[in-house]
Amino acid sequence: MMEKMIFGRYVPADSVIHKMDPRSKLIIIFLFVCIVFIANNAITYGALVVYTFLMLGLSKVPMRFVFGGLKLVFILILFTFLLHIFLTKEGPVIFELGWFKVYEEGLRQGIFISLRFFLLILMTSILTLTTTPIAITDGLETLLGPLKKVKFPVHELALMMSIALRFIPTLMQETDKIMKAQTARGVDFTSGPVKDRVKAVIPLLIPLFVSSFKRAEELATAMEARGYRGGEGRTRYRQLSWGLTDTMMILLLAALTVLLIVFRT
Amino acid sequence: MKKSLVQLNDISFKYDLDGDYALRNVSFDIYEGEWLAIVGHNGSGKSTMAKLLNGLNFPQEGSITVGELKLSEETVWDIRERIGMVFQNPDNQFVGTTVQDDVAFGLENHGIPREEMVERVYKALESVKMDQFLDQEPHHLSGGQKQRVAIAGVLALRPDIIVLDEATSMLDPRGREEVLETVRVLKKNHEMTVISITHDLEEAAKADRIIVMNKGQVYKQGTPEEIFQLDEELVALGLDIPFPVKMSKMLKSLDLPVSKYHLSEEELVAELWTSHSKM
Amino acid sequence: MDISLKNVEYRYQVDTPFERLAIKDVSIDIPAGTFLAIIGHTGSGKSTVLQHLNALLKPTGGEVVLGDKVITADKKQKNLKEVRQRVGIVFQFPEHQLFEETVEKDICFGPMNFGVSEKEAKIRAREAIAHVGLSEEILEKSPFDLSGGQMRRVAIAGVLAMNPDVIVLDEPTAGLDPRGRKEIMDMFSDLHKQRKLSTILVTHSMEDASRYADKIVIMHSGQVYRTGTPLEIFSNPEELIKMGLDVPEVVKFQQKLERAFQRKFSKTCLTIEEITEEISSFLKRGDVQ
Repeated sequence: MMEKMIFGRYVPADSVIHKMDPRSKLIIIFLFVCIVFIANNAITYGALVVYTFLMLGLSKVPMRFVFGGLKLVFILILFTFLLHIFLTKEGPVIFELGWFKVYEEGLRQGIFISLRFFLLILMTSILTLTTTPIAITDGLETLLGPLKKVKFPVHELALMMSIALRFIPTLMQETDKIMKAQTARGVDFTSGPVKDRVKAVIPLLIPLFVSSFKRAEELATAMEARGYRGGEGRTRYRQLSWGLTDTMMILLLAALTVLLIVFRT
Repeated sequence: MKKSLVQLNDISFKYDLDGDYALRNVSFDIYEGEWLAIVGHNGSGKSTMAKLLNGLNFPQEGSITVGELKLSEETVWDIRERIGMVFQNPDNQFVGTTVQDDVAFGLENHGIPREEMVERVYKALESVKMDQFLDQEPHHLSGGQKQRVAIAGVLALRPDIIVLDEATSMLDPRGREEVLETVRVLKKNHEMTVISITHDLEEAAKADRIIVMNKGQVYKQGTPEEIFQLDEELVALGLDIPFPVKMSKMLKSLDLPVSKYHLSEEELVAELWTSHSKM
Repeated sequence: MDISLKNVEYRYQVDTPFERLAIKDVSIDIPAGTFLAIIGHTGSGKSTVLQHLNALLKPTGGEVVLGDKVITADKKQKNLKEVRQRVGIVFQFPEHQLFEETVEKDICFGPMNFGVSEKEAKIRAREAIAHVGLSEEILEKSPFDLSGGQMRRVAIAGVLAMNPDVIVLDEPTAGLDPRGRKEIMDMFSDLHKQRKLSTILVTHSMEDASRYADKIVIMHSGQVYRTGTPLEIFSNPEELIKMGLDVPEVVKFQQKLERAFQRKFSKTCLTIEEITEEISSFLKRGDVQ
């Protein structure tokens, strides 16, 4: 099940988008989230769709992979669409079946709002598919850098995120191991009444907590032994490099914004 | 000729002030360029000692001097730069998301400029033969590989001393040999001092010097030859005797021409062969 | 209980881009009362084999026969509890599975999952704790207050209290000091002898395999490379060394002697006593042929 989820998963490839600086990608996503709300007619939405698919194309991530992984999201979008069809009762009726009437405004809203939702999901997916989680963390750390002045713990937050990312696979393996050990001791995680299944989680969670605490303690010792004493005076190994592509991409998005403002009604 | 690098002076330490001593009146020196094995059963205090060396804990009594520095809250960061540690669990000391990030972690902490970092990271990984795995993530590495990365992380900081705190005890035989071989080569090429805390007696037999710990105290120190003369005493301490020593002892008890307890199989075979060919 | 694996194949994550063949064509017979050692490198497939022994994994090909239960790829298996009760697994670092407030509760957890009454489970806990060489006072303590070695023993007691017919051990001595290692292995060896418990030991330690097992299976790249008695397996040490596997110290030593003396001994020695005798008779005779 987990294997087919694409959300938050990095797919390595050699593409323009992959090579972009995570900072520019984060800025673009942030702006995109804002300008999606400017669109309000066929032309403006059309422009957004073209832009998004252009990005998707440039990212070289196989379409089948992207859409296959977003199945769950599509159900959600469909639901939003139907909700609007059912609930908006404005404008002329364009379709009628017994008591069920579809109004023009309902259809319009349904399409646009689902489309908006769809584009947002697609753009954020492009970000996570083409950027390693650690690069996103680095990007965020730099972008949020100015907040250090107001004593916001930017470095600590970024370190926490990167350690969490580092340990996710380790903890997954550990969970699998403990589940198997407890299954061998007669715990049934997969069937039986809900009450029993909830109870079955305890022999899994407690060992997981205990070992996580132990890991955290050992990791802290190891970090201290390696000279870690907070963000002060630390240099950075990972380097972000802003290139021409990054500037161009930002300009492209700016152009799109102007276009949206001009053509909105 | 043999210069003392670290002096432990009458150290006592308790984890819990009301509890028992984890270490009691421990004194010994560590000499430049030696391979020192500290052995003892689990709970004998040997790992506690490693933590004291690096200032991860401070002794309640006694003092530790590294080079010209006396270990204290003020000097601890400098001392940590000179003494690198590799711990037991390969997973719980891997901080970075990739191999190169992990090696860089210590360098970042010490504020090394980036250009220099890049070079040091690569060189360190090259000397542990992990330079082909720069961008590999830890969960795709074997235990032995992770420990070699940990060694590279230590090495990049160019310490004088490397402490292996049971660094091979969670590895399979192949990983163990991989790690020990790496350290052997490094010691030779970089003239490093190695302190190996272990209960692997085969490994200890290859050290220059052994300290046997028991109940938080130094039970005995000496060369491997001297230590393994203790024989059954070691077994009583929960330790073992290396195979060549056992073999020598068995043969000797049958009045076969074995002059002493040999530490290597080669030596023993050679002696048997010489005596045989004289017959 | 007899166990037998017939042409077992297992693939991880079937039908995904990550599909990976872990073992194939694995056939092993384990009649009741055997002490079997499975050896091989990390990644040779031995832990995948282990998980088939009490149906934690279902083969993707071939069949696994556990007593009167036959487990195959296409058959849906219900009620695996009985099998799991009869085959106890001591995983590597079993102390990681402890979770109850007291040692006693933790040991009783397994048996009670298999329908044993609390009263009976407590009796079994007492027996099991004695078996692993701990005193009864420890039953009231929290497992998290114990030393590493004690935790390991408590976890083992938790499996023994299930009264299994077969016990599967995955590197049971990893991380222990030499005394702890010897005590744990001797304990399993005694259990095997006294209760005729089938014992399956998955290990890297050739010393343990040659000392305790009646039969050894060598796994290599997901397949059974060789099966035989310790004597058969270690009679050909060159082959094992070529595969990057270790051989017992005694065997290695014999090899070195044979090379130095340029003469084969009359047999392969597996214990230090055997080889001492060989050397002695050889040296005293003083003949070289």
